[in-house]
Amino acid sequence: MAMTAASGRLDARLVVSRGEGFVLDVALAIPPGRTTALLGPNGAGKSTVVAAIAGLLPLAAGRIELGGRILDDPQTGVFVPAEERRVGVVFQDYVLFPHLTVGDNIAFGPRSRGAGRRTARRAAMRVAGDLDLGNLVQRRPRTLSGGQSQRVALARALAGEPDLLLLDEPLAALDVTTRMALRRTLADHLDDFPGPRLVITHDPTEAFLLADVIHVIENGVITQVGTADEIRLRPRSRYVADLAGANLFFGVAAGGVVTIAGGLLQVADTAAAGPVLVTIQPRTVALFPQRTEGSPRNTWETTVTRIERLGERVRVQLGGPLPLTVEITPGAADTLHLVTGAPVWAAVKATEIGVEPWEPVLHHPAKRATSGDHP
Amino acid sequence: MSHLPKRRRIERRPPLVLVVLAALGAVFFVAPLAGLIARTPWRRVPELLANDVATDALGLSIATSIAATAVSAVLGVPLAWLLARIDFPGKALLRAVVTLPLFLPPVVGGAALLFALGRRGLIGEALYEGPGLLLPFSVWGVVVANTFVAMPLLVLAVEAGLRNLDPRFEGAAATLGARRLTVLRRVTLPLVAPSLGAGLALAWARAFGEFGATVAFAGNLQGRTQTLPLAVFMALETDRDTAVVLSMLMVAVSLAVLVVMRGRWWRWR
Repeated sequence: MAMTAASGRLDARLVVSRGEGFVLDVALAIPPGRTTALLGPNGAGKSTVVAAIAGLLPLAAGRIELGGRILDDPQTGVFVPAEERRVGVVFQDYVLFPHLTVGDNIAFGPRSRGAGRRTARRAAMRVAGDLDLGNLVQRRPRTLSGGQSQRVALARALAGEPDLLLLDEPLAALDVTTRMALRRTLADHLDDFPGPRLVITHDPTEAFLLADVIHVIENGVITQVGTADEIRLRPRSRYVADLAGANLFFGVAAGGVVTIAGGLLQVADTAAAGPVLVTIQPRTVALFPQRTEGSPRNTWETTVTRIERLGERVRVQLGGPLPLTVEITPGAADTLHLVTGAPVWAAVKATEIGVEPWEPVLHHPAKRATSGDHP
Repeated sequence: MSHLPKRRRIERRPPLVLVVLAALGAVFFVAPLAGLIARTPWRRVPELLANDVATDALGLSIATSIAATAVSAVLGVPLAWLLARIDFPGKALLRAVVTLPLFLPPVVGGAALLFALGRRGLIGEALYEGPGLLLPFSVWGVVVANTFVAMPLLVLAVEAGLRNLDPRFEGAAATLGARRLTVLRRVTLPLVAPSLGAGLALAWARAFGEFGATVAFAGNLQGRTQTLPLAVFMALETDRDTAVVLSMLMVAVSLAVLVVMRGRWWRWR
């Protein structure tokens, strides 16, 4: 938590009117060395946040302060243009310059900030080496794979030695397999960056795995702020409940069985082996008054710790051995006579359990999520 | 199991009406070219081309059309950038005025230039009284007339290219610390290079073939303002063989430029 003079915190309140009655009003505070995720659906105003912080869109009201430097303050008329902000942006779809080689793309920042050709190239090569891109510097962006493009975009942003790193949907353009593989490397690279980092995403898993703190944005306003656990266990809106309410556990997979803190889970994915991230959607868990005979292979007895009505659905929090969030219909809740503290049987089909390879030791949210299950 | 063909082809004959009309359209372009080739007195070509009138006109045409293209680029690219990127009052009117030479009969354009830049003209008088510059009936007059009719094509092509360019490229460059002129030089212009190339080619071709504005503004003085199109027109009256050979020369030069230009601007695509 050491604060360095070179990389100060971001303090921002962003008010932007986008027309058609849409007003963005968002407050963000990110200390250096910390990652905040802005999680929200499309059209929530996420891209407007990127444009405002990057200096591509002036604020209507509010203020942006980065490391003690005012970047935008409509009240005093201060507006630092994008080229003087030192905000590194990894754009959605990466926006690499197609007419420049990978090396020249990465050297673009240093070159633009006045470095000579040779100095810029040396800086670019260093960053390219750090991101394992050393053998790609002669290539053109169009010849790169999605994962390579993503790393080049990150390298280009980092080579400018920014005070803040802004990532707009950094993994959305990738296919599922690449996305899973890159989440971890991205998390590691983010950890190496000393300044504040802001990840914009619509993918809750991405937010949980990359960020220390998550801000949920809906319709231009922040509806919830918290850690991954807080957001996932106590969703405050339907959107969060639907998207971010998934149950996440870390475990070790072998031959179709995942060992997690609460016991063993049968999964359909028999190929997965080693550390994995297990996802159970709340609506895929069935509740019964007593043990059931039949298909679900994962059945166990537990207790109800919390019941919450959310519109036409009921969210039920289950206690040990596997603390799960479950969503059932009000009708089902009535038939089960659910009350807090009552015993209940839970069942999940093996095919409904998501399994993704993941190494839990390397990133903080992972550790927190597992330790959160065992206080 | 019976053998299935690997791929089924659906044969659909194009409608006959379209084929006939398209063929007529093609003939419309091929016929004049064929006529020209058939009429060319191949044996006399070297002798006719060695003629002073021909060499003077060719040299002048190439020099003035290139100069007009260069002027069009230097003034037209900023104009296109302004029209594509900046909002200002009267922009629609400015675009209309810039586009007007495309629709105006070139002779009228030449006459307008004469009234503006002639010795007694609105600006011409000041140019003459001041630096002693007299544009009409000079080589520079040819360049001015050519630029007047050619630049609109370049402006339109580049403006369209700028409008189609994803603005996020320029935004990304700005966040990397590039100032506006650096963005223009290192990102915007290279990315609109295909449009710029097309604009340059169109502008050059238009300038190379310019007739009406040149004859009205710069006159028809052999060795000074008589470009190839003017020489062809003069020769049609007096010496048909020369007219044909000069025409073939223009076809050849234009075709060469067209071939060289194609595919030149898309290297990174």
